[in-house]
Amino acid sequence: MRWRAARIHIVLVPVWVALFGVAPGSSAPPIDFDASGRLRLEGRWHPQSGAYPEQSGHASGVVAEPEFHLEDARGRSLTLTPFFRYDSADPRRTHFDLREAYLLLFGQSGRGEWELRLGADQVFWGVAESRHLVDIVNQTDLIEHPDEEEKMGQPMAHLTWSADWGVVEVFGLPYHRARTFPGPEGRLRYSLAVDTDNPLYESRAKQWHFDVAARYSHSFGPLDIGASVFDGTSREPFLQPELNSGGAPVLRPYYEQIRQLGLDAQLTLGAWLLKLETIQRSGARNILGVEQNYGAMVSGFEYTFYSVRGSAHDISLLGEWNYDGRGGNATNFFDNDVFVATRWAPNDVQGTELLAGIMFDATRSSQVVTLEFNRRITDRWSFSVESIAFPRVDESDILHETRRDSFFSFSFNYNF
Amino acid sequence: MNPPHIRRRSFPYCTSCLAVWAFLSTGTPAWVQGADPEARGLKIAMDARERGDGFGDFSASQAMVLRNRGGQESRRQLRLQVLEVPGEGDKNLFVFDEPRDVKGTALLIHSHREKDDEQWLYLPALRRVKRISSSNQSGSFMGSEFAYEDMGTPEVEKFTYRYLREEPCGDLTCTVSERIPVNPRSGYSRQVVWQDRDELRVWKVDYYDRKNAHLKTLSVADYRQYLDRYWYAGKMTMVNHITGKSTTLTWTDFQFRNNLNENDFTRTGLRRIR
Repeated sequence: MRWRAARIHIVLVPVWVALFGVAPGSSAPPIDFDASGRLRLEGRWHPQSGAYPEQSGHASGVVAEPEFHLEDARGRSLTLTPFFRYDSADPRRTHFDLREAYLLLFGQSGRGEWELRLGADQVFWGVAESRHLVDIVNQTDLIEHPDEEEKMGQPMAHLTWSADWGVVEVFGLPYHRARTFPGPEGRLRYSLAVDTDNPLYESRAKQWHFDVAARYSHSFGPLDIGASVFDGTSREPFLQPELNSGGAPVLRPYYEQIRQLGLDAQLTLGAWLLKLETIQRSGARNILGVEQNYGAMVSGFEYTFYSVRGSAHDISLLGEWNYDGRGGNATNFFDNDVFVATRWAPNDVQGTELLAGIMFDATRSSQVVTLEFNRRITDRWSFSVESIAFPRVDESDILHETRRDSFFSFSFNYNF
Repeated sequence: MNPPHIRRRSFPYCTSCLAVWAFLSTGTPAWVQGADPEARGLKIAMDARERGDGFGDFSASQAMVLRNRGGQESRRQLRLQVLEVPGEGDKNLFVFDEPRDVKGTALLIHSHREKDDEQWLYLPALRRVKRISSSNQSGSFMGSEFAYEDMGTPEVEKFTYRYLREEPCGDLTCTVSERIPVNPRSGYSRQVVWQDRDELRVWKVDYYDRKNAHLKTLSVADYRQYLDRYWYAGKMTMVNHITGKSTTLTWTDFQFRNNLNENDFTRTGLRRIR
């Protein structure tokens, strides 16, 4: 990776000079340059054939996510994290993104501190494991992973003040990123393809609507709490059945203007973590295409047995309840579902970890099983296995169209 | 769900404190001789704490080499920053550089003398700051022979003490004391500590498990004095007598009084870590 690092350095240095007017190395304060990242080779197998003839039973892929970081002695920094994925089965899954490309400045203000981040960045809000309900700033890169944890870089101005009274953050979000969806050849898709090239927006400004968000967070002894508000273009589109220009039926993403109030809290008591995330959202359409204000929550616990029976092994139990006030009209499968899981960590040199979980629908018969296993091979190489399986999916469930798409994936990761 | 490649809990409880700790335990001033063993042991611990006070802040690098019975080695590399909080526990920030799959992971600890410590973990893959439990005591730190509680600040209040004897240790004379963890979650029934009389430095600790079997021995070496006052060790080796495994922890790049302040030890500061 050395040549690549050197090249990026050449690109970043003029940017630095333009911003700060000082060439790295030429002035007294030293500039640190750091290149790191990961490369992944991955294979994904679907034991069942797809529901549609164009889908294939396996896919292999390569992911590159290098990270370049330039920082001066005062802590001012530039970070650049491109992302590239090649997928052998679904051409749409072969994609590129700028996960991060931002300038970071910070300093003291009184007894507290301010921080400014300008550019494409990622922000995480929340405490739960089975679903990230309050987390709304970044768009989900759904084609990258169905668990909604992979996020795309979001252009933003992000200002933070923090002091002993807590942390206040405000976000200006000038541009909307459209959600990615699998293409016709991809698995884990709806019966109709999503026409991601032709999204519809409620706002006349379309993707250029200026969204705003704010959050207050603080720790009160064992309680960590966050309250947030978002006003702008929904990250989650309503999928509207339409005919495309060629006359074929497609799902056309429609992004409403929404407002969301969010609250997240975690109480840490000994080996117990008690968690709550809840939102109130207005302006979004439900599964019937009708605008409906609603509340949703995820609440649960995580308990860890440390050093089980005198061994080095830790075993955690997780339980979370997902609820959506729209019930059967919810746009996701978290309408009334219980997630139970266990995490096993033997605390060995290889950093082995296994997480196995199951999500039950409390009102229907659907079940989703998840499995994640990670283990280091050397200081730089690691191995992971992952599976999402749909042993039972109710016909009325939103997941019904992906019921044949259970998979196992195996990957080798090179971290540098 | 879990971020891939990041182990949830494989991080030090308070590695930084180990150096402080090695320094903190004490020798026996002549004037306490003759007191009862418990009072004498406690006095030594309190005296040591006083000697450690006033360092302000420091940063350092740590390299760990883990060896199994067959001699196979594995490395860990981390950086840390420590801020002294007078009258309260210290604030510690650990940043992991190796193994590379956990690079950029950071652990923030606000330790306390009386109440439970507070800990937050930064998971770079998700850009997530997660509050984690501090109740893990006897678990292995990053797969090493150091347990979380071995890394923790040995606050005076966390043990009861008993002075045992004096004996030569190398060219020095050491006091030997026993300390018993107050925390019922501790993996140890007792620890026996060797400290030189002159500078109150810890040179050796024997750890006994809950069944009172001799579990581990820590050997400390390469002490250097900083700011003309504070002694910090450069090398610590922990040998597990039951498994035959060992871990060597090497400290380098000590820098004191970097003008660190509370803002460097916040959840916001944690997100800035590289």
